[in-house]
Amino acid sequence: MKLPVLIDKTVSNPIEQQASGGCSSGSCGSSQQAVNQLPADIQARVADHPCFSEQAHHFFARMHVAVAPACNIQCNYCNRKYDCSNESRPGVVSEVLSPDQAIQKVKAVAASIPQMTVLGIAGPGDPLANPERTFETFRRLSRETPDIKLCVSTNGLNLPDCVEELSQHNIEHVTITINCLDPEIGARIYPWIFWNHKRVRGVEAARILIEQQQKGLEMLVARGILVKVNSVMIPGINDQHLLEVSRVVKEKGAFLHNVMPIIAEPEHGTYFGLTGQREPTHQELQSLQDACAGDMNMMRHCRQCRADAVGLLGEDRGEEFTLEKIAAMDIDYDAAMEKRQQIQAQLLEQLHRQQAGGEVSLPDATLCSSEAQSRPVLMAVASKGGGLVNQHFGHATEFLIYEASPQGVRFVGHRSVDKPYCENSSSCGDGDSVLQTILSKLKDCEMLLCSKVGYEPWSALEDAGIQPDGSHALEPIEDAIQAVYQEMADKDLLSSESETQQQSA
Amino acid sequence: MAYEIVDSCVSCTACAMVCPNDAISEQDMQFVIDSTLCTECAGDFDDPQCASICPVEGAIVDELGYELNPLGSLTGIIPLSAA
Ligand code: SF4
Ligand code: SF4
Ligand code: SF4
Repeated sequence: MKLPVLIDKTVSNPIEQQASGGCSSGSCGSSQQAVNQLPADIQARVADHPCFSEQAHHFFARMHVAVAPACNIQCNYCNRKYDCSNESRPGVVSEVLSPDQAIQKVKAVAASIPQMTVLGIAGPGDPLANPERTFETFRRLSRETPDIKLCVSTNGLNLPDCVEELSQHNIEHVTITINCLDPEIGARIYPWIFWNHKRVRGVEAARILIEQQQKGLEMLVARGILVKVNSVMIPGINDQHLLEVSRVVKEKGAFLHNVMPIIAEPEHGTYFGLTGQREPTHQELQSLQDACAGDMNMMRHCRQCRADAVGLLGEDRGEEFTLEKIAAMDIDYDAAMEKRQQIQAQLLEQLHRQQAGGEVSLPDATLCSSEAQSRPVLMAVASKGGGLVNQHFGHATEFLIYEASPQGVRFVGHRSVDKPYCENSSSCGDGDSVLQTILSKLKDCEMLLCSKVGYEPWSALEDAGIQPDGSHALEPIEDAIQAVYQEMADKDLLSSESETQQQSA
Repeated sequence: MAYEIVDSCVSCTACAMVCPNDAISEQDMQFVIDSTLCTECAGDFDDPQCASICPVEGAIVDELGYELNPLGSLTGIIPLSAA
């Protein structure tokens, strides 16, 4: 029996996916439909994009520059001392660059990291509330670095006025953050907007913002520009409502709806942080994401990363590109572009090979026969990139979470920890609390796949009901997970309900 | 007749973008209003534009030091002393 890997392959190769026939459940069938409904050119664009495709994220990278510090609205989950919370985590400050500096930085990064293929404008503020700075940057990049795709995200208030100009640049896609369609709900999320030379508050403000967002969405779709919609899930305020948002924005032509959890910590000084707004649990987030975006299963790897982070999955090479350092660099972009092209072609080939090879034959039909009873299992993976199980448990600052089930392997998200278990070679396990944090982040996972794990954390993980496994080191993640799921099936660990219960205890 | 920007400003540039008289600029990492150019928007708009977009409570004050956006008026976060 062949199991489909329900990751980006579904996007890149829907025909093969259908032909595999390994998937019998209703939800799985509808996901194929949803994917097939995407026009072929969008499927192709999405499959290689580091922000949309988890697999592509292992090969290609995006970068952000902050050139647009002003904003024209207030969100209750944002403290304007920091970056725009719609795009990165709260409490982060990116250095604001002039358009000139931004272009120099983009060239410097592109020349030294050929994997960098996508540039976004993010950081503090709303790019379209600063149209001059944003569009100057875009204009020059379209001309000077034509091999870099551009993207932009916005709260939507100014979007309708900017659509014309956006359609003239090398814009890959536009992200609109839409948290609601109902102004009453909006009034609990947005205290004010700046509109027609006045500060407008309350339900009226939310009504205008929602209207502009929807209008902007429709205008972009009409021009054939890809639109992604982000929503921030705020339990008790818009969590139920987001199902409706999802339906409407997809109907209007957004190709992807991505739900992010609200981050509301008092130390960030946001309204929600200080008034004790609850964050969603992993489970709540996951089930809403499944309901809204589950059919596409993209973006789950989104780390709400630092807006000015530079590099591949989980790495930040920002230090190498400070203003001082880039000012000293002399870049021959034409030469760089040639080199980039070669390396990108190689990477693309590698990625496509991996995407095509996503189907794994299982040794026997155990899964098929036990399909009805086999329960899904969550597994955590430590990976440095390249789509492989290749990181030491002690070095991981984030874990990729996958769900294995008779329907296949599905990427569900990532969980990050502030500190790795080993800070440096001499201080492994110094802080027991570090280990405790990791354990609590992974508590719903039953397996942990990594390249190696030390003796002490091994027992702690086991005691917490998370079985560490280093035997699949350097294997592709999906293959390793399928193999482990099969092993669990062979050991008859998948049928008993009690196993599930024990996990949540 | 002129307004003033104080230390709590986070340098978001929003006020400078909307000022009808180009009275606001960044000087030594700090946003300042040129008191010879600022008209408090009289004749241009009903509301002073800088104070209508500024996200930081207390960042813009009038000649008497009165805050155009007092504590709690923008974020809804009520200061402890008043709670
Ligand atoms: S749009 Fe972004 S910068 Fe503006 S208030 Fe909302 S989260 Fe903050
Ligand atoms: S009050 Fe009006 S004129 Fe004066 S600085 Fe503010 S925006 Fe400019
Ligand atoms: S709008 Fe307020 S915070 Fe922003 S630069 Fe002007 S005074 Fe400073």
